Amino acid sequence: MTIERKKIKKESLGQWFEKMTAAGNRIMAPKRNKKQVCFETVTSPAEVAFDYVQTTVSAKRAVFPPVEEMLAYKFADKETKLEEKEIKPQPTVVFGIRPCDADAFVTLYEVFSRDYKDDLFLNRWEQTTFIGISCIQADSACFCTSTGGNPGNTKGSDVLLTPLKNGDFLVEVVTEKGKKIVTAAENLFSSADSDIDKESLLAKLPNKFEGKDMKAKINAQFDNEALWSRQSMRCIGCGACAYVCPTCQCFGIEDERFGSKGKRIRCWDSCCFGLFTLHTSGHNPRHTQWQRWRQRLMHKFSYEPDNLGVPGCVGCGRCSRACPTDMNILEHMLEIAEEKA
Amino acid sequence: MSTPNLYKPYIMRVDKITEEAPDVRTFRLVFTNEEEGKNFEFKAGQFGEYSIFGEGECTFCIASSPTRKGYIECTYRKAGRVTSALARLEEGDLMGFRGPYGNTFPIDEWKGKNLLFIAGGIALPPMRCVIWNALDLREYFKDVTIVYGARTVDDLVYKHELEEWGKRPDVKLVTTVDPGGETPDWKGEIGFVPTVLDKMAPRSENTIAIVCGPPIMIKFTFPVLDKYGFTPENIYTTLENRMKCGIGKCGRCNVGKYFVCKDGPVFTFTQLKELPPEY
Repeated sequence: MTIERKKIKKESLGQWFEKMTAAGNRIMAPKRNKKQVCFETVTSPAEVAFDYVQTTVSAKRAVFPPVEEMLAYKFADKETKLEEKEIKPQPTVVFGIRPCDADAFVTLYEVFSRDYKDDLFLNRWEQTTFIGISCIQADSACFCTSTGGNPGNTKGSDVLLTPLKNGDFLVEVVTEKGKKIVTAAENLFSSADSDIDKESLLAKLPNKFEGKDMKAKINAQFDNEALWSRQSMRCIGCGACAYVCPTCQCFGIEDERFGSKGKRIRCWDSCCFGLFTLHTSGHNPRHTQWQRWRQRLMHKFSYEPDNLGVPGCVGCGRCSRACPTDMNILEHMLEIAEEKA
Repeated sequence: MSTPNLYKPYIMRVDKITEEAPDVRTFRLVFTNEEEGKNFEFKAGQFGEYSIFGEGECTFCIASSPTRKGYIECTYRKAGRVTSALARLEEGDLMGFRGPYGNTFPIDEWKGKNLLFIAGGIALPPMRCVIWNALDLREYFKDVTIVYGARTVDDLVYKHELEEWGKRPDVKLVTTVDPGGETPDWKGEIGFVPTVLDKMAPRSENTIAIVCGPPIMIKFTFPVLDKYGFTPENIYTTLENRMKCGIGKCGRCNVGKYFVCKDGPVFTFTQLKELPPEY
């Protein structure tokens, strides 16, 4: 559908939240907790942080929780009874998601919907509406313009808000889902003046590397052990990068037993963990940390674009901000871009 | 909006347990839900996720042939948490299975050709599926040769079947054990699989080679096959990376742009040469 432009006053957000909650939605939005800003369940805009560059952890947990029950069962004598459970997620509005994070949901959707349809993810996704907020500031870790995005990108958002100078918001209704949630509170929105120049409101973020060239460039460095060793020398394999990443979707499947009950769960995992690929025999296909670091970058900049036709990295910069040893993905990508083929 | 859960296993009953070698057993599994059993289909080369509730899932190939209906079999060695729990099961016990997953050996394309199976140790099970599949359709294939080795005589799996294949006039079976692994009455070869294969000087003409074994065996077998003129597209293997989901989501078995679970586990040597060495 063509994007429809409207306006909403900042003081009307409260009523919009009330409408959305009354319709049965859980609202998840960035909330400040000391130094961190993270997505949590909120009921009013007063709880929402608007003044941050990037949330500490991405919004992916709204659709892909860190720990998720796949099956539950009961033990009785020698028999195990599977508990039939309907997968019926609560309708959710993710409010205040950055354009890079919204873009990341397009990548996650591709992973979970291609070939085998993963309904644990897809049912939640269908019940989720993404209301993005454009970026009016960026920091030195941001590089979305190098991965195909931009501070006002509408891709992945159902509705995108852009803060105006007076504190109100320009509203872009991007999808049918977005239209539904705006129409349900129609009286709160006014028509947008045609002379609003969205571009001028956005953060300025010059392109740092040519995203479309990166696949060929990183493929050319695959056998450059010196490069990967140099880059990953500081890596302690903690997995923080994967934990905060909006596109990382690797998971593990584990069973937990509590007396006569048990459940099978899936949990976020990371290719940077040494145990990730370890065979029971002791053989490990990626036995060194530099191979694991290479896998992380290859997966994002070569394999996912190849397999899914979407970027595997959206340039949110969270991994660089979270890394306890100060590894910086942007510096690494710039090094790869400049390395001789 | 209720949809079937992709990760929900079939409930299977352990119908028969066969002791194969120290810590190695074969389970014959039947579906507890007849309807599910009737609708279940698989092809040679595919695998599944076998599970014990409360312990977890693990990945093995389906070791029985699709020509044998009504059950599936798996052979495993007791090694980790789940296989240790499997080892505690008795006939009649229940367990989980989901699958079949992955691609298949293109058996139909091999009709009219000689088949050379080369296996080492606990890697005979993924090949046993193809061997029985081919033997059950014996008239479609020319010579069938099986070369199988293990560390010791005790470690050879499917001893009864090896005996059966050895007696068949339409199968050439060569078994071998590593030097020092023989018993006084051992009548087979002594030596590593690639060495024994070299000594046999296999004919590559109109022949498909199917190789499965530990990485070190595979590494030394390819040069031997190359020496006798086998071309990479006529050499098949099946990879066994660590897996969790089995359906290309969890990221574990990612090798280059491929997922062993979804794009494999069956690969030709031509495809293998293009993969990064991460298997």
